[in-house]
Amino acid sequence: MANVALDPHAAVVSTASGGPAALTSADGTPLARALARSQRRARRRAFLLVLPLLAFILITFVVPIGQMLQRSFYNAGFSANMPQVSAWFAETERGTDPDDAAWAALAADLTAAAEARTVAMVGTRINYDLSGTRSLFTSTGRALRGGIEPPYRENLLEIDQKWGDPQLWSVMREASRPVTANFYLAAVDRARDAEGNIVQVDERQRVYTMLFGRTFWLSLVITALTFVLGFPIAHLLATLPLRKSNLLMILVLLPFWTSLLVRTTSWMVLLQQQGVVNDLLVWTGIIGASGRLQMIYNQTGTIIAMTHILLPFMILPLYSVMRTINPSYVRAARSLGASSWTAFRRVYFPQTLPGLGAGALLVFILAVGYYITPALVGGSSGQLISNMIAMHMTSTLNWSLAAALAALLLAAVLVLYWVYDRMVGIDNLKLG
Amino acid sequence: MLDDRHGDAFVAFEHVQKSYDGQTLVVKDLNLAIGKGEFLTMLGPSGSGKTTCLMMLAGFETATHGEIRLAGRPINQVPPHKRGIGMVFQNYALFPHMTVGENLSFPLEVRGMAKPDREARVKRALDMVQMGRFISRRPAQLSGGQQQRIALARALVFDPELVLMDEPLGALDKQLREHMQFEIKHLHEELGITVVYVTHDQGEALTMSDRIAVFNDGRIQQLAPPAELYERPGNSFVASFIGENNSLPGVIEEFQGDKALVRLDGGGVIDATAVNIREKGQRTTVSIRPERVEFKPEMMPPGAHTIEAKVAEVVYMGDILRARLAVAGSDNFVMKMRNTIGQTRLEPGQVIRIGWHPQDARALEPTA
Amino acid sequence: MKTTLILSTALSGLAFAATAQEVNVVSWGGAYETSQVEAYNKPFTAETGIRVNMIAADNPATPLKAQVEAGNVTGDVFDVEVSDAIRLCDEGALMEIDPAMLPAAPDGTPAVDDFVPGALQDCAVANIVWGTVISYNTTKFEGEMPQTAADFFDTETFPGKRGLPRNPKRTLYLALIADGVPAAEIYDVLGTDEGVDRAFAKLDTIKNDVVWWEAGAQPVQLLADGEVSMTTVYNGRVFDAMVAENQPFEIIWDGQYMDMDMFVIPKDAPNLDAAVEYLKFATDTQRLADQARYIAYGPARQSSASLVGLYQDGVTEMAPHMPTSPEALENAVMDDPEFWADRDAEMVERFNAWLASS
Repeated sequence: MANVALDPHAAVVSTASGGPAALTSADGTPLARALARSQRRARRRAFLLVLPLLAFILITFVVPIGQMLQRSFYNAGFSANMPQVSAWFAETERGTDPDDAAWAALAADLTAAAEARTVAMVGTRINYDLSGTRSLFTSTGRALRGGIEPPYRENLLEIDQKWGDPQLWSVMREASRPVTANFYLAAVDRARDAEGNIVQVDERQRVYTMLFGRTFWLSLVITALTFVLGFPIAHLLATLPLRKSNLLMILVLLPFWTSLLVRTTSWMVLLQQQGVVNDLLVWTGIIGASGRLQMIYNQTGTIIAMTHILLPFMILPLYSVMRTINPSYVRAARSLGASSWTAFRRVYFPQTLPGLGAGALLVFILAVGYYITPALVGGSSGQLISNMIAMHMTSTLNWSLAAALAALLLAAVLVLYWVYDRMVGIDNLKLG
Repeated sequence: MLDDRHGDAFVAFEHVQKSYDGQTLVVKDLNLAIGKGEFLTMLGPSGSGKTTCLMMLAGFETATHGEIRLAGRPINQVPPHKRGIGMVFQNYALFPHMTVGENLSFPLEVRGMAKPDREARVKRALDMVQMGRFISRRPAQLSGGQQQRIALARALVFDPELVLMDEPLGALDKQLREHMQFEIKHLHEELGITVVYVTHDQGEALTMSDRIAVFNDGRIQQLAPPAELYERPGNSFVASFIGENNSLPGVIEEFQGDKALVRLDGGGVIDATAVNIREKGQRTTVSIRPERVEFKPEMMPPGAHTIEAKVAEVVYMGDILRARLAVAGSDNFVMKMRNTIGQTRLEPGQVIRIGWHPQDARALEPTA
Repeated sequence: MKTTLILSTALSGLAFAATAQEVNVVSWGGAYETSQVEAYNKPFTAETGIRVNMIAADNPATPLKAQVEAGNVTGDVFDVEVSDAIRLCDEGALMEIDPAMLPAAPDGTPAVDDFVPGALQDCAVANIVWGTVISYNTTKFEGEMPQTAADFFDTETFPGKRGLPRNPKRTLYLALIADGVPAAEIYDVLGTDEGVDRAFAKLDTIKNDVVWWEAGAQPVQLLADGEVSMTTVYNGRVFDAMVAENQPFEIIWDGQYMDMDMFVIPKDAPNLDAAVEYLKFATDTQRLADQARYIAYGPARQSSASLVGLYQDGVTEMAPHMPTSPEALENAVMDDPEFWADRDAEMVERFNAWLASS
């Protein structure tokens, strides 16, 4: 009781004995309902205000991405154009050898597809899982334009022996269902063998798992580097007098105002073997003319260029958090007996964590998805998974595999986000 | 009262100067000795140099010139964390990412104290400010007054002999502030610590301090116990800064020992005590506290000079009545009367004669 | 009746203009697009009044596929690579083009016989032939200069880094050529596992000396900076650097990889009639010859060759710079879209795995 007397601010909560009676407003309606009604109109108006943005995001963002992701597990290129043989696959067990009905269905479907000019789409779909089969379909399609007579098996085998390949039939069985996990399997260097078992692909073909690993490792290194470089700068920005910090801020933001290509190209000029940095090192005699360093067109180049490009994304959230940290915290720590290092470590640094978390998350997520910079300066060892996604989007046009790779990347980022939420709390995220 | 003998002073400033820009001095030749166990307040308007002095003592600013000593030891070169001075900040500076217990434990941890000892000390310090049950709360979950107590406990938990307080009550509401003033004073007496307290609130300074150093323009204007400061201000600044005050400009007409006759610019002659005016014919500003002004002849000493005053308004303030008078050409002269039964009720427009004891009117140097 | 006919013929341009006809052409941007604007679009608009909107894309096949899949086709004519033209045609996305509707050569040779082999596909008509060639910086070597694809892999005699594009299509063939495989047998060899192994084994010999490039502008820059002494490069780009910028580069035509760019029309093109008009106009003998004034890509019609004259600078004879010149064709590999449609994905994966392994 003495406490309460001493502290007028101590909350004194008195609960009336007995449960709270249902309160009513003046006209007798239950209070809760009256409150809901009075707020309904405000809520509706608020909803109308955000509606355009909601529609915009839905149309330009959610729907296209949803469609793209759908391709990663849904591809009707085979099933829609080869209905009869797809039906046969649906009726029979895996491992069933193709019987006469199957061959007849295949011949009928191929003939129809050749007529409808869809046989190439079918071939493309099968080629995703079994390389080298697209031309089997297109050439057979051309041969079938005149029609086909029974016996179908023999006649098809006569057009191309490959039709007898059990692996081909296994792959067609897989493709006969439009919903498939095969693109995800391919995205982690797995495939199905003739019996339908999931196996690793040939060692010489394994590239995606390695690239995923490299992407996350390099992103981590880049995030760490932006932290090491960005933290002191952000601290300077937050503590310098306004006029000087504004100037510094312009320097920090300068990369934002120059095009990505210009920035990347200037790194080439600086870092290449005949570039400015190497020239300088040779001129000062630090390295010999024959020992020019390879700093670009490899991982080093990717790391340097991406660290530079992503640095502002680390500095800005850090800066905005540091600016709000009152200098008296550090002073208090010092006055309580902490050395300047201890004060930094125990008092200042923990308070920058929301900014650091935001910056690290931002940099990491951006780094994971970068592809222009690694494409230009990464050489052979600095390529990331997004370069493969871009290639499948624009060059091989295997969008299903691109979507599967992108979905895995997205999933990994979401997992990261979730982990961050569990560890730090998303509400602790400060972006500025 | 304590002497200004620097030799055995607990804290001593000797000819301390401070400049931030190399052009102007924020602190000009400061000399100050604070005794062990004393509660000394640095009082002054913002920019007067009081906070700078506190920061130099804490070690967050370095003196441009001069020496600061703590317990006889020069501390100019000692970093803040080795000075062993407790400090309470205006915004409390409780570490937001630590609980109350961790905040209090912090100074003990960095001193390498073992965990059981730390826990005992923390508990003791929290009990001292009646905050024992808040040990696992975060600062953000506490009210301003509660945070203030935690800050106090944290500054005391490692048993410093000297505690600095930088406007610690500035963010609290009036009622709570008064309550905390009492509590801090109580702790000071109980623990026997030396406190250097910075504030711009004169009421706070008068209530709590053993001595007050009034700062203005980088100098100590007067260093004295509260009563002396209030009743015998040493110059016009102190007189006007501390408490409410009436200023009447005039010229010294005659000296009678310490007593002086002053001819006011607005007409009339009054009695006053000469303070820092020594010559006949010098200009002066006479300072009189409103509550020492009398209008009933029986309350004035015999032979007191009186001057004419016209009542401009009377404000009822509960415990007192506050009359604004037109006196000697100024209509901003204030007189306070106790609200007693039978007190004469003055009416606006009424003409009265006012006077005072000569020692209550202090002839000081003229104001600009 | 007669006057109406004359009037309508005379004013056909005007009539088109009055109905505000237009055609949207999606091409590759850059100097290539400029050459098309100069050689095709301007005379086309002058003659027919149909306005041509030029849209640049990194690879026009990508927006084409996207537009067809979305069911909202906005482009009328797309300039795509052969492999994409065939693939999209097989998928039924493109309009079939009857060669009979294309104008004959000035001497009366029908289009079918006038175009170079492979230039006429079911749904596509080639406009230019371009080559990926080896080029070197003459200041990097003393005495003997490199002459063959084999020299590209000989870093002892011809020191310096090599530039190669980071894809299997334009690297594996070069390795095989350098290893002694005749141009005509490249796809037979590459079609076998041993052949692919052989190509990678050859690439292994210079792996540590390669600077990989991605965009067409990069190899020219690498060569100019001295970052590489030899690189493969698109012949139009290196011609530009040699003639317009006077760079000390030379071209080795041995082991040239020939490619064609083709015009295609999507099935649901919004301005179908204007698109057909444009296609016929842009692929006639004179237009194809005119284009060579602006860029060093070879016309896809044989009848154009004799009309190819001077470069726009007025002094450079274009004929020797054409990828279709006799010297250039001597040991040239023609792109095989069928092969790459089957193998591209597999090769890309293997190529990247090879790159990543040290």
